[in-house]
Amino acid sequence: MIRLVPDHSARIQRSEKVPFTFDGVALMGCADENLAAALMQAGVLHLRNAPGDGAPRGAFCMMGLCQECVVFVDGQSVESCRLTVSPGLAVKSRR
Amino acid sequence: MRDIVDISIVGAGPAGATAALVVGQTECRSLLIDEQRQAGGQVWRAKDRSILSAPATPESRSGDNLRERLAASGVSQMTDTRVWQIERQGEHWVIHTLRNGTAGRLYSRAVILATGAREEAQPVRGWTTPGVIGLAGATALFKQSIRLPGRASVVAGTGPLVFFVASEIRRLGGTVAAVVTPNTRADWLARLPSMMARPDLLWRGGRWVADLMLASVPIYWGHAVKSVSGDDRVIGVTLCRLATDGTPLPGDIGIAADSVCLGGGLAPSIEAAQLAGVAVRYRPDLGGWVSEAESDGSTAREGLFLAGDSCGIRGAVAAELHGQIVARTALRHIGQASASDPALERAYRRASRFGEAMTALSVLRADPIGLATPDTVVCRCESLTRRAIEDEIESGAVSSNAVKSGQRAGMGPCGGKYCQSSVARLIALQENRALSEIAPPTPRPPIRPVPVSALAGDFDYGDLPMPKPAPL
Repeated sequence: MIRLVPDHSARIQRSEKVPFTFDGVALMGCADENLAAALMQAGVLHLRNAPGDGAPRGAFCMMGLCQECVVFVDGQSVESCRLTVSPGLAVKSRR
Repeated sequence: MRDIVDISIVGAGPAGATAALVVGQTECRSLLIDEQRQAGGQVWRAKDRSILSAPATPESRSGDNLRERLAASGVSQMTDTRVWQIERQGEHWVIHTLRNGTAGRLYSRAVILATGAREEAQPVRGWTTPGVIGLAGATALFKQSIRLPGRASVVAGTGPLVFFVASEIRRLGGTVAAVVTPNTRADWLARLPSMMARPDLLWRGGRWVADLMLASVPIYWGHAVKSVSGDDRVIGVTLCRLATDGTPLPGDIGIAADSVCLGGGLAPSIEAAQLAGVAVRYRPDLGGWVSEAESDGSTAREGLFLAGDSCGIRGAVAAELHGQIVARTALRHIGQASASDPALERAYRRASRFGEAMTALSVLRADPIGLATPDTVVCRCESLTRRAIEDEIESGAVSSNAVKSGQRAGMGPCGGKYCQSSVARLIALQENRALSEIAPPTPRPPIRPVPVSALAGDFDYGDLPMPKPAPL
């Protein structure tokens, strides 16, 4: 089939995968990849429950504004879209 | 003695970074501040270090070029730094920053705010479901991490962005389940004359649409996503056709998807300028509430200048030129000889015409709140539904400030960035007033979340002066 927009997926080279955890569940992600993107890639979309109605929420704006992707790392609450994956990173959710 | 910078520039996107390059050619002391790790803004966002190699795109080339020019120029950059408050103290502007969990202050004779834009979103049932991301959010995902939002995505929204996102999903090997846009083909045809100003961009956009058609991706013109289904992840969406005035028509269409990219155009980021005392005015043709500034960037506040999309959405090309114009204005303010450049101003006006035509297409059509049912969450932070906000308005809260203090819509961690336009629309609808009369709420610092520990700093509790209790 004619493609006017070529498929570049095979031409993207990424860093090696390193282990990290989300609420204790072992995951793998590319070193130095944006954490929100890495979680999405690992199939983890549900990052927290809204404080008001407890409904599941996940990354939304991807630019550090909406605060929907906030997780805990080292006891600090941080936007996962402003963090990167590092070996052994322990992410805790607000679920 | 504290350090005083001549010109501080907030925002290292196309406008701020090019302004910094112009200022950097002079003797004056300048500083370029940005919350990302590298310059480029949203449109020319840099890649994660996890990307070892990837095919270049027009955006990645522009961004790399900009970052190279900045590195070669010796412009001082303060990256990964968030600005959460700006205020005037005597002769200077004080910029309050947050970097690595530590609060700081910068003193500057002049400030150029180039804070860019954020995305508008249209609240519909289920838009808070994990797997729904903004259209602009999707572009951040592509540019920074080169990742897909899911396996099969519905891409919905206004203007050219919806086709860019769909095309990028195809380029990265993903599947577009459908493209949904409230714009009609007639809307696009009506903009053709202004788009002729940039035949290259017109050609690029034409290819995106043609590729989607060749790949048999359904394109729903004149439609909108009405609801998103799924509990803790997206499983599908429901679409409806829109009447010419934007009201939903009967006849639902269901589409299975595991992800949704949802956007409603861009809105200027006005909060920083508002904190600095710059008035706003309603310009729906430029993305909504814009900061009041002259075309050379000067404002009613001394030593405060605005560049790029924060004074009206005109796009990256215009922003790059505007940054150079505004830099000259700021240089003149601090006493540096810097002549205005008529050729630059002409180029800016030409780029603006194209940008403004794109913005006109991106602005949500009439009644963007029309798809929100009474139980649809409007304020994401506080999980406030349309009904809760309408009840508050009914009880007499007829301004954005009143709804904010009554129901906390706009007091949550996002600071109202994702609910204020919807709240204003609900007030306008219920009170039968024009949107231009419903001003955004009074801005309050911090405009980015700041941990209390960063403000408190290090102290020993025992060192705090404790007055003796008064005798009873």
